[in-house]
Amino acid sequence: MQTRWRILWAHFTLVFALLLVVMPLPTWANMLRPDWPLLVVGYWVLALPHRISIGTAFAVGFFVDVMVGTVLGVNAAGYAVVAFVLAANHLKIRNFSILQQAFLIGLLLAMYHLLIFWISHFLTGVYFRAAYLWPVVTGMLVWPYVFLLLRRLRRQLKIQ
Amino acid sequence: MKPIFERGPSLSLRLFLALVASAGLITLDQYTNSSAQLRSFLTASVSPLFYLANLPQDVMFGASEQFKSHQKILEENQVLKNTVLLQNGQLQRLQFLQQENDKLRALLGAQPVTAGKRLIAEVLAVYSHPFSHQIVLNKGSNDGVSVGQPLLDDLGVLGQVVSVGPNSSRALLIVDNTHAISARVERTGLAVVAEGIGQSDTLRVIHLPHSTDVQEGDRLVTSGLDGVFPEGYPIARVNKVNRDPRQPFLQVTAEPYAKLDRIRYVLLAWPHTGTSQADPEMLAPPDDVKAKEQH
Repeated sequence: MQTRWRILWAHFTLVFALLLVVMPLPTWANMLRPDWPLLVVGYWVLALPHRISIGTAFAVGFFVDVMVGTVLGVNAAGYAVVAFVLAANHLKIRNFSILQQAFLIGLLLAMYHLLIFWISHFLTGVYFRAAYLWPVVTGMLVWPYVFLLLRRLRRQLKIQ
Repeated sequence: MKPIFERGPSLSLRLFLALVASAGLITLDQYTNSSAQLRSFLTASVSPLFYLANLPQDVMFGASEQFKSHQKILEENQVLKNTVLLQNGQLQRLQFLQQENDKLRALLGAQPVTAGKRLIAEVLAVYSHPFSHQIVLNKGSNDGVSVGQPLLDDLGVLGQVVSVGPNSSRALLIVDNTHAISARVERTGLAVVAEGIGQSDTLRVIHLPHSTDVQEGDRLVTSGLDGVFPEGYPIARVNKVNRDPRQPFLQVTAEPYAKLDRIRYVLLAWPHTGTSQADPEMLAPPDDVKAKEQH
């Protein structure tokens, strides 16, 4: 029973990542804000794909939609797609070095941003600006730290 | 422990289900009438998260207020007193002008314009996601906030309320991609439409023929024609006019007066609709405003 409930720690990190989405920041930093929940969900999907997978990613994406104010379901779809790619290839990606992982995560972040831009473009007619893609770069830069921190947490707390 | 055999549906099936669910959500949110209710319920249920996220900033702000030096507070007090003196002087003149205006309107047989009720609300969250420029306020239906209500601050028009929860509400800013506001060029009186393009410092004035008289530096004010915003409030300053004959219309952009990315307090206005609703209670400043004035 003890080990069964330790997964709640993973959910706690997800809630914390959601907090970081709405944390007030100065304007210039706002554009650079990485997609924290996506990075954290990505880590847990790689580490424990049998516990945290597309369903959880969808739920987290839905909460991001609610908190960020995009059309409901847009981020949920983007998160589910990224989680699918990670879960389907988790055995391969786990064997990559952290830098290789960071590049792969960058690719997935770019795919996620273009996907939600594409859906939002059809729904509300937004215009594309290159500045939308800053979180891809910052997300790539913070991935090694997110990865090492969460791996340490998982090992210390024996989350499985 | 990782099971050797897969349990539950396969990954592709799960992805398919997630995509179908999100398509359902998108349809529900975008194309049905229940979206406002759903949104307000969801906003209310995640509002603890917003309070938590704001906590560090509030604590820092409180701490810096605590440790402000006596000298600084005295200086600030002096500046504030000067401002009050100046504005009181202008206010006396305003009352005189208001009376004069009322008399003139009475002579013309037009309805007198009275100030509606005002309420100060604090901003809990600013969304500046490129696809959605919205703010969440700490006042909701319990305070009488309703959908479609205009928001102002000391510099100009901010936006309008789009969904209301019991203790919080969500407002669309004028720079949002889906928002357009009916404006009037103050210099010429020309009625125009200014729409947001998803950047917090730019509005676009659309559908102006090439012969239109618009210049850089023109002030855009609300026209009141949209029935949402009260007439005569400043919106934006025209900062670029591109007369490219190859384009069907003039390309005009304007910069909002309000600093839309750093709002802390907003003024909720109840749009005034004729004399019949002007009960004396509405004309008195609400308790909230009085409380703010005493601080």
